[in-house]
Amino acid sequence: MSGTYLGMPAFPVAARDAVRDTTLRGNLRHATHTIRAKRAAAVAEVSDWAELREAGKRIKDHTLRHLDRYLEQLEESVTAAGGTVHWAADADEANRIVAGLVKATGESEVVKVKSMATQEIGLNEALAAEGIAAYETDLAELIVQLGKDRPSHILVPAIHRNRGEIREMFAREMGEWGRPAPEGLTDTPAELAEAARQHLREKFLRARVGISGANFMVAETGTLVVVESEGNGRMCLTLPETLISVVGIEKVVPTWRDLEVFLQTLPRSSTAERMNPYTSTWTGTTDGDGPRSFHLVLLDNGRTDTIADEVGRQALRCIRCSACLNVCPVYERAGGHAYGSVYPGPIGAILSPQLRGTGSEVDASLPFASSLCGACYEVCPVAIDIPEVLVHLRERVAQGGEVTRGGNKVVLKPAKGHAAERAAMRAARWAFTCPGALRTGQRLASRTRRLHPRTLPGPGRAWSGTRDLPPVPAEPFRDWWQRTRSGKGAAK
Amino acid sequence: MSSRERILGRVRRALADAPVDDTPYERAVPRGYLREHGERTVEETVDLLAENLADYRAVVHRTDSEELPYLIMRLLAERGSQSVLVPPGLPPEWMSAADPTRVHDRAVSTPHELDRVDSVVTACAVAIAETGTIVLDGSPDQGRRRITLVPDHHICVVRVPDQVVSSVPQALERLDAARPLTWISGPSATSDIELDRVEGVHGPRTLEVVLVG
Repeated sequence: MSGTYLGMPAFPVAARDAVRDTTLRGNLRHATHTIRAKRAAAVAEVSDWAELREAGKRIKDHTLRHLDRYLEQLEESVTAAGGTVHWAADADEANRIVAGLVKATGESEVVKVKSMATQEIGLNEALAAEGIAAYETDLAELIVQLGKDRPSHILVPAIHRNRGEIREMFAREMGEWGRPAPEGLTDTPAELAEAARQHLREKFLRARVGISGANFMVAETGTLVVVESEGNGRMCLTLPETLISVVGIEKVVPTWRDLEVFLQTLPRSSTAERMNPYTSTWTGTTDGDGPRSFHLVLLDNGRTDTIADEVGRQALRCIRCSACLNVCPVYERAGGHAYGSVYPGPIGAILSPQLRGTGSEVDASLPFASSLCGACYEVCPVAIDIPEVLVHLRERVAQGGEVTRGGNKVVLKPAKGHAAERAAMRAARWAFTCPGALRTGQRLASRTRRLHPRTLPGPGRAWSGTRDLPPVPAEPFRDWWQRTRSGKGAAK
Repeated sequence: MSSRERILGRVRRALADAPVDDTPYERAVPRGYLREHGERTVEETVDLLAENLADYRAVVHRTDSEELPYLIMRLLAERGSQSVLVPPGLPPEWMSAADPTRVHDRAVSTPHELDRVDSVVTACAVAIAETGTIVLDGSPDQGRRRITLVPDHHICVVRVPDQVVSSVPQALERLDAARPLTWISGPSATSDIELDRVEGVHGPRTLEVVLVG
């Protein structure tokens, strides 16, 4: 994924700084709590939510199970409708393809609709290296870009900024990029939105190349779908001469009809609306309306490796609604940056270590960045059992084992940091299979209980710092049973 | 080996261990969800459309076909519009009373010219009551996608009850995937500042929907 995140510290290290930042915590608490109640109300409006959720899950599972077939069908229908399909095995290849397409138009600037896939591959940085300026046009992405910041939420990448911070940044930075912010700009959201409208308008009107992602691709018809709110998506999709869409291969659905499920579940889950303000669908190119040339770049970048994992592949059902972030107690306190990826929160904790592998410190720590409370699973509109995948990935990190990386099977070594945990588990296994040893150990523990420390020493200190050690009884259960029930029906 | 072959090969290898699944697509997905939510008369469905449109800050007007030209005239006058864009297939009688200079879709060649137009009047393809959505499909009475995007004021005429459906599934049945579609639910908005909804970013900041029946 993006080079921006190289060398990120492990989650606990990054989170420690974040939880000490009281402004950040205040911003996140306010935003996530606002959206939580609204989402619940929007979902409660539809009586068949459970059925829609199940259908969404099954559509995605079926598609993933036959992904090769649907990708070929998609390629055929997009091509028949006048589009050109490119395939990119990894981020570098996708970036090369896009840079090549932009250069072929002779342009040196592009306008972009918010897209997770292009964030994931670090497209803006790659284009900048080729002398192409990429302007983000989603309000939150603009805030992130102007602030030379990193996104911290899937839907609202600038969720960690409050209105006062945004006002200052607009006043300071907009002039560097184009039209400056109006004099006397205040921090009311409506005025800030107006400043963004004026700043970006000149860029939209002169843009010759637009770059987007897509929420869905329909194999049967070759249709792409972008769901948005501000109208910046419509600008980028319809005004330029050339449109380039970079889309993960898991975004394909088989039929037009399948949209009836996701266009009901996605808006309610993400912005808590019955329907988002704008949804655009396009099939190839249309004479006289919109771009004259359309390129679709299908992106793998770790997705096929994820499909190879029987438990982990369900993460690819994700429709990027971000409901799981908004309900997560860990995300609410640690914020998005600690996850070291464009995919933060619970879904990021299972997606990043699968797309990128668990080789880096941050990726190996992500499966542990959860209390396993299960709130994320409950709100997920495609029923991804995030806790199940987290536990599965923890096992992989702690024990190692066979995984697929870059299309090849490799065997991972157990991670270093978990040696003490593994030793404890080995000791427990031995004790539980040797009754004599277990009895001796339990008696020893009971007799010495007054001497037990309240916290663990050494590396165990961190664990016991936030937990009470279980009190050891005066007498082991088996001794008590022998003493009180022995010979009185215990044999029956 | 091309990347196409590489990716498809990886998919096939990744799924090699998965149990064979020959269930045809029609049976693979249970569609136990509703075709529409609740039972309503035609009139109630139109009322719900009006209610949900207004809930997302569209301005809703109701009239009949005789009064329509006068209503459009009034809306444009109240807005103070000097110029109004009309798609090629818009029924001419709708605009028969309007004063502003009429600009035809094809006459505006650049986005900058489009940006100087005050208002746009279009029909629609279908309207969805449950979500308060109007859908444009680029038919001659709706024009190219850009004409309902750049001007700041959009008047959209919905023929009720013929063009109104209850739900998203019913709307998709009526629409043609081959056409470029724009689904509009209220004026442009953003939740990007503190997850608080603010109306009016890049698209038309004023959306007026006229229900004609």
